[in-house]
Amino acid sequence: MWKHREEAPRSTSGSGSVPPPLQPAMFPGEFDRTQGELPPVKDAPVSVGKSIVIKGELSGDEDLTIEGRVEGTIELRNHVLTIGSNGHVEAKVVAKSIVVLGRVTGNLTATEKVDIREEGSVEGDIMAPRVAIADGAEFRGSVDMQRKAPAPSMDQGVGSLTLDAKVPLPTMTAGNGEVARV
Amino acid sequence: MVVAPRQVAAASPESVSRSTTLATFLTLLCARPAAEVVDLGSVVGGNITFLGDRIGCKIHVEDLYADLDRHARQDGLDQVAAFLKSRFSHLDESIDAILCWDVFDYLDQAAAHVLAEESMRMLRPGGILLAFFGGGGSSDRCYTRYCIVDETHLRHKLHSAACSRRLVLQNRDILNLFGKLAVLDSILLKSGVRELLFQKPTN
Repeated sequence: MWKHREEAPRSTSGSGSVPPPLQPAMFPGEFDRTQGELPPVKDAPVSVGKSIVIKGELSGDEDLTIEGRVEGTIELRNHVLTIGSNGHVEAKVVAKSIVVLGRVTGNLTATEKVDIREEGSVEGDIMAPRVAIADGAEFRGSVDMQRKAPAPSMDQGVGSLTLDAKVPLPTMTAGNGEVARV
Repeated sequence: MVVAPRQVAAASPESVSRSTTLATFLTLLCARPAAEVVDLGSVVGGNITFLGDRIGCKIHVEDLYADLDRHARQDGLDQVAAFLKSRFSHLDESIDAILCWDVFDYLDQAAAHVLAEESMRMLRPGGILLAFFGGGGSSDRCYTRYCIVDETHLRHKLHSAACSRRLVLQNRDILNLFGKLAVLDSILLKSGVRELLFQKPTN
């Protein structure tokens, strides 16, 4: 017998040959989703390809990888934005998390984390509760980590700012000690 | 007075040293709510995390070593003084603390003077500035990346650069350079490095 194929429900209006509805966040020429054999769009990572240039507002409700060029604003409030190694963004960006492997000029705001990888470059201000910048990454701008807890008072000094117990303190190097207050 | 750079033993690629001036710097920084810090050193993610997450500062990363490299390769280091005059967009008295690390060692006298003036302009009254001087007048083309390990320790990592140290300042030269600031602490290390912590008077 015929093997049952799971498909998204089709519209019953009109003739029976109506193709499945187009899904959002598609870019012409990049995917042909009109064939029923393709996996559901929600499973496929959405990407702006190398040759794609977008100018204006870009917003969405799913994770996005940019390998092309985007100018304007990008808003993915509940999702992860990855600027790939070929990506070039000149935009104000708001997302849940932002990973930078390419080039960004513009302010980055994340509700969770901004992660600039070794080959990444950012020129702009970052606002996020967690920020990771790898050695070798380029960055020029300010970082505001929006820490909610008040800073330790003068009386407390920095005594409360101790390392995590799991992290061993590196061994002191001899010959580089203090000799005098001058 | 400027003296010729002296030769020192080559530093190991990575080492950790104790810094009491860093501890004082951080203590004073903690006392300033929502402090804004300018870091003139190389981009170090760990420092940003330490200052931002643990101290609660807003950090402005102004990597002057990258600027020096660019000038060494393109315009020439003689242009650095003029470049520094318009380098910083921060308003007068808008910054609580400045981490200079050893960037003054890589400047000529004119550029060092401009950077000191700009630093004093940006600092708020009561604001603090930490700088290291005379970190070995080696002709090696390398910078030191200072990574804050904890409140009293710094990890030094050498990395290649397009220029070498140029200026070795004596104590009086340093005091003249930062004439508008008061010296809070001054430490001479066995390595010959002077760690100085300055504060801008409140009046």
